[in-house]
Amino acid sequence: MKTLKQTKTFWIWIAAAVVFAVVTQFLINGGTLNSFYVNTLFFIGINIILAASLHLIIGITGQFSIGHAGFLAVGAYASAIVTTKLSLPFPVALLAGGVVAAIAGLVIGIPTLRLRGDYLAIATLGFGEIMRIVFLNMDYVGGASGMTVAHLITWPWLFACVLITIVVIVNFTNSTHGRACISVRENEIAADAMGINTTYYKVMAFAIGAFFAGIAGALHAHNFYIIQPTNFGFLKSFDILIFVVLGGLGSMSGAVIAAILLTIISTFLADFPEVRMVVYSLVLIAMMLFRPQGLLGTREITSFFKVGKSAKGGSQDASKQTVA
Amino acid sequence: MEIIQQLVNGVSLGSIYALIALGYTMVYGIVKLINFAHGDVFMVGAFIGFYCISIFHLGFFPALVIAMVACAIFGVLIERIAYKPLRNATRIAALITAIGVSLFIEYGTIYARGAQPEAYPSNIVPLKSLELFGVKISGQSLLILGTSVFLMILLQFIVHKTKIGKAMRAVSHDMDAARLMGINVNNTISATFAIGSALAGAAGVIFGMYYTKIEPLMGIIPGLKAFVAAVLGGIGIIPGAMTGGLLLGVIEALVSASGYSLWRDGVAFVVLILILIFRPAGLFGKNVREKV
Repeated sequence: MKTLKQTKTFWIWIAAAVVFAVVTQFLINGGTLNSFYVNTLFFIGINIILAASLHLIIGITGQFSIGHAGFLAVGAYASAIVTTKLSLPFPVALLAGGVVAAIAGLVIGIPTLRLRGDYLAIATLGFGEIMRIVFLNMDYVGGASGMTVAHLITWPWLFACVLITIVVIVNFTNSTHGRACISVRENEIAADAMGINTTYYKVMAFAIGAFFAGIAGALHAHNFYIIQPTNFGFLKSFDILIFVVLGGLGSMSGAVIAAILLTIISTFLADFPEVRMVVYSLVLIAMMLFRPQGLLGTREITSFFKVGKSAKGGSQDASKQTVA
Repeated sequence: MEIIQQLVNGVSLGSIYALIALGYTMVYGIVKLINFAHGDVFMVGAFIGFYCISIFHLGFFPALVIAMVACAIFGVLIERIAYKPLRNATRIAALITAIGVSLFIEYGTIYARGAQPEAYPSNIVPLKSLELFGVKISGQSLLILGTSVFLMILLQFIVHKTKIGKAMRAVSHDMDAARLMGINVNNTISATFAIGSALAGAAGVIFGMYYTKIEPLMGIIPGLKAFVAAVLGGIGIIPGAMTGGLLLGVIEALVSASGYSLWRDGVAFVVLILILIFRPAGLFGKNVREKV
């Protein structure tokens, strides 16, 4: 009975999302949303995918990765090569971006995920920088001047990617594998003692996160007409990290909400980049000092409507911060 | 002789990394926090030195001392405002705060004075270059090396011979036991931040003099590389940071010399990942077994 109810809720959410997508498509076609809003909408979509993918790595599995822009770069360049150099269709490029980024995630994850906490953070940061420098020195992809890419994404593509990302990550979180990942986050040694192959689950979460970051990279490349190594620096990784941290480490809906809000704020502050960064940094510090668990903690937004029940995928005690 | 010339350059660069790495390693050793803002303290030091020299027309050494003192105060302020309330918070919260402080200093500086770079006045110190067995060693390299070695000896003296140094070693060994022994832990941590930041400030002035160009985002890459140097030597170990810095400088100079100068920034991170995989405790570190 419970399963049936859950399935029903799931399909209601999907139907609501599809209705939203169709309505938005009509608004775009009808010209109600001008190109500025459409661009912002696309940017929000890409950021949601990035936030959700990093949420899986940091929020669910508790592995502090700050080189996420590296996977974004790998996906962007791989997909750009597929469409511009090999002239293959866009869906192939999308998939190629994800797969190549996932392979990069495996290659970097298997050795570095043996490290913990700070060391892992620094190793992933190093990986992100190495990726940037590799693309900077590759003449095949244009070096520092970057690569021009055709604008191929449309609203249905973008929305489908966002929806698939969220559905896959939410279902993963609520599956056996997801519970294993949460146990790694809560206490790695205890998880190990309970017979969970912690390395396997860490690498798995890392590769899935990298896959979706690669998809986001493919969308990014085919949205902004040009990709350059400077787009994927240190600061890009921090931008993604800020979504996850502000939304609440361990809360999917928190990460998505933070991605939407911060993208809108930064679009309006685009003319004042310094002010934007100063505000970002102050918010980050204030958040850590006064509410270290983020906006929603490990709870989901839906849990606020269910009285007396704890959220799925989160810990029982929402006031306690458990990540890392 | 070309190779020796490059080694000399590498050692000069490496001593700058070593000075920054010392601050990282001391802070990490005592509060187990990667102080991301350390690279930005280095940048602030470079700017203070620049303003002392260009506006107040001070010499190199007075500027160096003023930058060091100002950075020491700045470092203590950062610690008191941002890090002290998080002493018992999770590691991830402290790390994110450090990133926030780093971004705040960088973009606060840009907001306050603009992003345009400044050129350090050259020939602050009239120095001749030295010819030794056909190798030309510039006076600036010698000055950099001399200043860094002096500061490192001073640091060793402070850490091993003074009361505050003893307190620092005790706190880094076991904070709770040190507190029970009557050591003022908060003051000791502040002193550590002050000393580390002063060294970073000195490195900033030296860096400005050596490379002549300074800008508000200049702290990011040297800061990260200095962290690599600290990990390379074994984080928390002071001689390790010195060795790691010098080694990293020499490696970078050799990579540049063999014609891959564009890859120079990447090499440091490759070194980092290799050292983390094969010897996570660093060259000088001991492997500590994890206890449940």
